[in-house]
Amino acid sequence: MTIQEKEDEIIAEFEFLTDWLDKYELIIDKGNANKGIDAQYKTDQYLIEGCQSKVWVHAEYRDGKVYYEGESNTEIVGGIISMLVDVLSGETPDAILEAKLDFIEKIGLKEHLSPTRSNGMLAMIKQMRMYALVFKEKNS
Amino acid sequence: MTIDVNAIRQDFPILQTQVYERPLVYLDNAATTQKPKCVVEKIAANYYKENANVHRGVHFLSQVATEAHEAAREEVRKFINARHSHEVIFTRGTTESINLVASSFGRLKLQPGDEVIVSQMEHHSNIVPWQLLPGVEVRPIPFAEDGTLLVDQLEGLINERTKMVSVAHVSNTLGSVNPVKQIIAIAHAHNIPVLVDGAQGVPHTKVDVQDLDADFYAFSGHKIYGPTGIGVLYGKEEWLNQLPPYQGGGDMIDRVTFAKTTYADLPFKFEAGTPDFIGSTALAEALRYVQKVGIENIAAHEADLLQYATSQLKEIPGVRIYGESAHKSSVVSFLVDGIHPYDMGTILDKLGIAVRTGHHCAQPVMDAFGVEGMVRASFAMYNTREEVDQLVAGVKRIVKLFHRQ
Repeated sequence: MTIQEKEDEIIAEFEFLTDWLDKYELIIDKGNANKGIDAQYKTDQYLIEGCQSKVWVHAEYRDGKVYYEGESNTEIVGGIISMLVDVLSGETPDAILEAKLDFIEKIGLKEHLSPTRSNGMLAMIKQMRMYALVFKEKNS
Repeated sequence: MTIDVNAIRQDFPILQTQVYERPLVYLDNAATTQKPKCVVEKIAANYYKENANVHRGVHFLSQVATEAHEAAREEVRKFINARHSHEVIFTRGTTESINLVASSFGRLKLQPGDEVIVSQMEHHSNIVPWQLLPGVEVRPIPFAEDGTLLVDQLEGLINERTKMVSVAHVSNTLGSVNPVKQIIAIAHAHNIPVLVDGAQGVPHTKVDVQDLDADFYAFSGHKIYGPTGIGVLYGKEEWLNQLPPYQGGGDMIDRVTFAKTTYADLPFKFEAGTPDFIGSTALAEALRYVQKVGIENIAAHEADLLQYATSQLKEIPGVRIYGESAHKSSVVSFLVDGIHPYDMGTILDKLGIAVRTGHHCAQPVMDAFGVEGMVRASFAMYNTREEVDQLVAGVKRIVKLFHRQ
């Protein structure tokens, strides 16, 4: 599945949830399904500190593809991270750098990406792209 | 006398707002209060009818604007019972008021190695301005587990290097009402002046700066139903006369030459540049509105909401309330076991309920309780028990949502 296909799948899942609480229930479930980040990476080195929440992210490069793991100390941000990890993991650096990642906006979670929200999400997406860029440079 | 909340709510059009198709429940009043129509209309009327720069024009409109601005100063003087209206300095808000004192008092009196005593429950704006002074040590009066300030420890913190005591009247996080009159008496016995951060005090309790014997008292307009961007620093005349100016500019001078500049008299010495004369008159309007409702009536109504919210929240398993001082005002901070305040605040928002989450600009308070943040509901004169019910119902739904496993 391409990144776009994975994004479309998530959008379809959320499409029929009209009540906000149902949407957030699904996000929380996604977070709970996330296997999280390996304990050795849950350190300050991999921490992205927002004013309101903490996010850890780490990536590995295997056979031309990037594999992410991430975690948050809040369940809602954790759920969004889980979706981002699912969408981007196993893809090539080029595909990751080209990804629009507009599914977050389309499922109505745009506010969590607001710089004023200060939850570390924006910095985390930047960090995920940065991993892809670094792996691409190293291996070109 | 009890207050007619339904009638009051009619004065605040924003309370009719729908958010996410639900009626707004606004419980973030400690951050900023909503404005009654009379205040908003006053701002518009000022711009439509009385807008001209103050103090320097001989023309008609300038005189009208100047008189309105000075009448507003007198309104503030009456409200806090200052001795003179020139003891009322208009600032941008509490933060600027404290920075003014820290800067000017600091230049006059503070040397590296000197100490300023604050409380452990201060807002950052009553910690950082003092830390900006080179070499000055800021020492906190601790508080007990229930959020009560341990005033008996103040005496032990005072030494020959202590030059200022600067404490909150009411904690923005714990709601504790601090015994500022007693603190001032203790400090004065050692000839140490006291600044009171009244940002959370003035909106909820009658303040008489002469009775308190406060040397400085700071508050913000926007937390007492007035506009944003206007605030007050009260200072005793004898202190304000001693302190050097904070900022230089127009309006604050007596005579300027390149060799020497002399400064204007109080209060203008501390009001460089064009003052917010629209804001000052609108603040005066807000204070008149508060007095019409009656600050004691507001306090009694908020005390009822606080007591009701506290008892209702406590019935939810896993809820912990932070700050249960016997003397407490208008805010309730809490957490539910296993639920991050960001998650709680996000879902409450979707239910139309506006609360504050995070560290509330009081990280030493968070550290004292070993938490990263809290959820805070804070009340104003227009809140109702029904809104508290909605908050409590919202928290219960969220607990169910997050504790499904």
